[in-house]
Amino acid sequence: METVTIKMKNVPALYLEADNVSPDIFAGKTATQIADLHVYEGNTTGKLGDYFEVSGNAAATAADTKIVVKGDVTRVKYIGMKMSAGEIVVEGSADQYVGAWMTGGKITVNGNVQAFAATAMRGGELVIEGNAGNYLGAAYRGDWRGMSKGTIHVKGNAGSDIGMYMTGGEMVIDGNVDVHVATHAEGGRVVIKGNAKSKVGGQMVDGNIFIFGTIDIMMPGFKYVDTVEQEVAGVKAKFAHFIGDIGERHKTKKGQVVYGNLYTRV
Amino acid sequence: MSEYIIKNGHVFDPVQGIKGDKKDISIKDGKIVDKVSSSAKVIDARDKTVMAGAVEIHAHIAGPKVNLGRIYRPEDKLFSCTPTHGMERMGGGASIPTTFKTGYEYAKMGYTTAMEAAMPPLFSRHVHEEIRDTPIIDEGAFPVFGNNWFVMEYLKNGEVENTAAYIAWLLRATKGYAVKVVNPGGTEAWHWGLNCLSVNDPVPYFDITPAEIIKGLIEANEYLGLPHSMHIHPNNLGNPGNYTTTLDTLKIAQGMQPKNKFGREQVMHLTHTQFHSYGGDSWGNFESKAKEVMDYINKNKNITVDTGNVTLDETTTMTADGPFEHHLTGLNHLKWANVDVELETAAGVVPYIYSPNISVCAIQWAIGLELALYAKDPMRCFITTDHPNAGPFTRYPRVIKWLMSKKARETQINAFKHKDKVLSQTGIGAMDREISLYEIAAMTRAGPARSLGLTAICGGLKPGMDADVVVYNLNPEKPVGNPDQIETAFSRAAHVFKSGVEVVKDGEIVSSGNKRTLWVNAKVNDNPQVMRDITEKFLKYYSVTQNNYEALGHTFVPNPYALDVDATT
Amino acid sequence: MTKTITDVVCPFCGTLCDDIEVIVSDDGKKLLEVDNACVIGTEKFLHSQSSDRITRPRMHQEDGSWKEISYDEAVEYTAQMLAKAKKPLMFGWSSTNCEAQSVGNEIAEMSRACCDNTAATCHGTSLIAIQDVGLPSCTLGEIKNRADRIIFWGCNPAHAHPRHMSRYSIFPRGFFTGKGQMSRKLIVVDPRVTDTAKMADMHLQVAQGQDYELLDALRVALKGEWLPDEVAGIPREKIREAADILKSGRFGIIFFGMGVTQTLGKNHNIDAAIAVTKDLNDYTKFSIMPMRGHYNVTGSGEVFAWQFGFPYAVDLTRGFARYNPGDTSTIDLLTRGEIDAMLTIGSDPGAHFPISAVKPIAKMPSVCIDPHLTPTSGVSKLHVPVAFNGVETGGNCYRMDNVPIDCRKVVEPPEGMLTDEEFLIKVRDRLKQLKGAA
Repeated sequence: METVTIKMKNVPALYLEADNVSPDIFAGKTATQIADLHVYEGNTTGKLGDYFEVSGNAAATAADTKIVVKGDVTRVKYIGMKMSAGEIVVEGSADQYVGAWMTGGKITVNGNVQAFAATAMRGGELVIEGNAGNYLGAAYRGDWRGMSKGTIHVKGNAGSDIGMYMTGGEMVIDGNVDVHVATHAEGGRVVIKGNAKSKVGGQMVDGNIFIFGTIDIMMPGFKYVDTVEQEVAGVKAKFAHFIGDIGERHKTKKGQVVYGNLYTRV
Repeated sequence: MSEYIIKNGHVFDPVQGIKGDKKDISIKDGKIVDKVSSSAKVIDARDKTVMAGAVEIHAHIAGPKVNLGRIYRPEDKLFSCTPTHGMERMGGGASIPTTFKTGYEYAKMGYTTAMEAAMPPLFSRHVHEEIRDTPIIDEGAFPVFGNNWFVMEYLKNGEVENTAAYIAWLLRATKGYAVKVVNPGGTEAWHWGLNCLSVNDPVPYFDITPAEIIKGLIEANEYLGLPHSMHIHPNNLGNPGNYTTTLDTLKIAQGMQPKNKFGREQVMHLTHTQFHSYGGDSWGNFESKAKEVMDYINKNKNITVDTGNVTLDETTTMTADGPFEHHLTGLNHLKWANVDVELETAAGVVPYIYSPNISVCAIQWAIGLELALYAKDPMRCFITTDHPNAGPFTRYPRVIKWLMSKKARETQINAFKHKDKVLSQTGIGAMDREISLYEIAAMTRAGPARSLGLTAICGGLKPGMDADVVVYNLNPEKPVGNPDQIETAFSRAAHVFKSGVEVVKDGEIVSSGNKRTLWVNAKVNDNPQVMRDITEKFLKYYSVTQNNYEALGHTFVPNPYALDVDATT
Repeated sequence: MTKTITDVVCPFCGTLCDDIEVIVSDDGKKLLEVDNACVIGTEKFLHSQSSDRITRPRMHQEDGSWKEISYDEAVEYTAQMLAKAKKPLMFGWSSTNCEAQSVGNEIAEMSRACCDNTAATCHGTSLIAIQDVGLPSCTLGEIKNRADRIIFWGCNPAHAHPRHMSRYSIFPRGFFTGKGQMSRKLIVVDPRVTDTAKMADMHLQVAQGQDYELLDALRVALKGEWLPDEVAGIPREKIREAADILKSGRFGIIFFGMGVTQTLGKNHNIDAAIAVTKDLNDYTKFSIMPMRGHYNVTGSGEVFAWQFGFPYAVDLTRGFARYNPGDTSTIDLLTRGEIDAMLTIGSDPGAHFPISAVKPIAKMPSVCIDPHLTPTSGVSKLHVPVAFNGVETGGNCYRMDNVPIDCRKVVEPPEGMLTDEEFLIKVRDRLKQLKGAA
């Protein structure tokens, strides 16, 4: 694994769009070439080297390239966008769209991320040591095809609208979440170790949600069926099992009606 | 004004019967002329194909349901936008392009005239605003009449003259071009959640059948002598077995004669015929009836059709056949938008993915091509995709490739997951015909222009016509090694002239031209009854006033071109 | 002597009444009387006549005072501001005509700006919902002629769209609704007992922030499935009764407003209401329609959409259009410190935005194009008064049901005043020079 380190030296006055900070784009380039890559501040186009100190050459392939991002990147968007392989470590906190549209590889953020992280994720791994913002692992506006593969692990709290239109993959939030969990989901798995507020599983067609903590207000479209014991995200526990959203359309599989599943720890 | 001479190109012009001969085309003051002076700018068309600008007879490119499609599909623009560059404003939209992109993309393919297929009259200002903002190409729009309260009431009483007077009034009020009929009667039934699936199903309350509406509108159209014929999207679109409804619809025109001063020879134009050529009685035994439909079309010369080819893309369906769209969302569960328009019509929008892995989609693809391949008279069978319903119009070059190359068709057939079903349920496998360039010229230029009544100005390269001329990078004397070369050539023209102004050069926009809005100004005898009925309906039932209904000039139709019709007696 | 102008279009709210009559002086310079409009519309016309109109641009000075400048100087400031900014925002557009909006788009594209309209704090969430699940809808004449089930959900037309009920939704005797209001049943969903709620056949006083749950319960009730005893403060029997009322109609409509678009859940509330509407189409005919506020916010959305592809919150900074509310929407752009110049037109963000979004406007180069003195003009560096659109100049506008109606000019603006469109054309042409010279 070859490592390229980029260290923020010139915090932008506005925000920086760093869609070129990705192992796929860095692959095959030297530090000098990487420093020449474009970044965008508003309607101006600058070079990565104008804002970051760049050291280290990338490997020939994305899979063998690791990027370490140092310094204050709280105003940098799109880190790891569309990456397919390789690794990124952000030592601090980043702004919006971390790992958006990623299909592979691994991103670790030691701090927090803002909205739209892992939009429409298709594979790979995203680890947030701190908190995530709204729309984590959600679909892009208007698209009924959301996160379909990959894993997300947030060690802190997450915002609202996580996993919207999810069709596959897995998301684990160690802390609490805001409203609207897995809205319109048609697959996938969301595990919340902390507490949820309300609007959990609204309009869900399929998929599984596990809440270890409390839900302030249950959706009326979820009906209790039984209590089960399951091992989830490394913890074995008893869960009240609800099916829903009863109000939504339902698919059938082999003649049986399919529902989404909501499990709340007993 | 500028003079040009396009030299040494291989000209294909069905209007003059030129089948690839090397011929110079001269342009002066916006028109094709016999000759030009020596100071004319020379365009070298050696080893290239020269045709008139293409004419789009049916596409959904301007108006409220098109824009509803844009608004509700941000994902249609994700990662596919084109930036501002050169002469071009920025553009976006894979299946529903923005207006600037629409104009540029048509022009780059050599299209110079396009018809917006369905204009809800109450929204005519919106249609015209979008037409105004679509650069380069001349456009017209078809107001819809088949579910209109005035039309249904008059035709129930057999009042053809009153219907004609209303049509003339509405064409003027909306700056419309032709009599469009969509799912006659069925869309009014849809305002109550119902439909008319056969030509004999009576419309709730109005108690008139689609057959009566169709017949009456043909008669009114011929009474007026309009440039285009009645243009119809028949009942029962999209359902297995619907070819019988299509034949029932076509038979209504039997024995009816066209009457007009524009060279039009048909009394009915049947649109996106692919969607109306289905056999079987379920999706399981779904099959092609393209042969049956084209047998009828081939024998009945007072009808023109367009194909509605499926292009195997993710696209967006949008149509005034409101109940069909509701049915479609029930099938694919994708987002459904609907607008019922008071007294007039409705519209529905639903995204659709024509996946090559789904046998029904593959069969639909085959049906669209079969229709053109069965057509005996290319001057009566035109190429469309009912954009964006069966696919984006930017795929026309691909459709042309499939029609001109059996090898290209085979490559696609072999790529289908359910190839065996395509071969068993359609006749595409056995069809060897390869449409020629001359026939393509008929199907995309001369034919549609004649059907629309526009032969005086476009669709051909005869001196006196507008100088809408296209040069393609395709050498008709060289056999095509790779069929993809056909698609490439038709995607980006070497030169496009619109009304004598060079608008595209080497596939890039070099001028926005001076587009016109084509509309039909029909004069009829004074008709106090109809005027009174109009006033009464505005007072009682419309939600706008009569004086606020008409799309007046200024910003809506900045450069009008009216085709005048005198239907007074 | 006076002149009466008929078929005048009221330029205030999304009801876009087009049957107004205005009486003006013979020389067309004074507007004397307004007939048929509601109290708000009447005032919209009459207040244009105030003697203390600001008629020329004014520049905010260092010491807080204002200095009058010429339109040409205002054009120069605006063009320079847009030319130099790295991420300018052009916001508002909802109280001006489509012609001006279109020129604004040319400017935004040239200066690579963000552009947004008042949907950002209003029905933008409805647009997000429509983008997710669609919109079964109709024109207002359909309601007049057919509807027998009306729901006002989270809106109060008695106050916000005063003539809506008499022109379209409750009182008119239309083609199939000869009994007028007696043909119709009204359900109002609102935590408050509003003047609209007082008219209802059924008033559901939903618990605040739980409209999404109540809508889900309605969908469950339509399916005849199990419900908890109470949802959102409404007993389940009542919910089932409401579902039956809706199912038993032959043409229904849900009108909705800020009560659901800007409360907890926002777009999800609208999404669920659209889902209820779609479900009801399995039993009868049902539509849903947003009660648009400004008289031409709909038009702004339409023009943005056919020119750029998105209805609001459009980011053109990279030379092509991008859209994602939360990132490209105005409140977020302002509160996060994303922009460095602001042009406001045809709206009053100073009055309607959270204060944390207004403060940044005061700190950056800013222009406010508005005939009035507003909180926005107060915090902007340059205030450019213009003619009242729909009163002193005409232009196309789109009603809440997307029907386009061409507003009329009924009276002359004060001497020497420009319209939005005229001012923006000058800005565009100057900007073209500045960009060409670069």
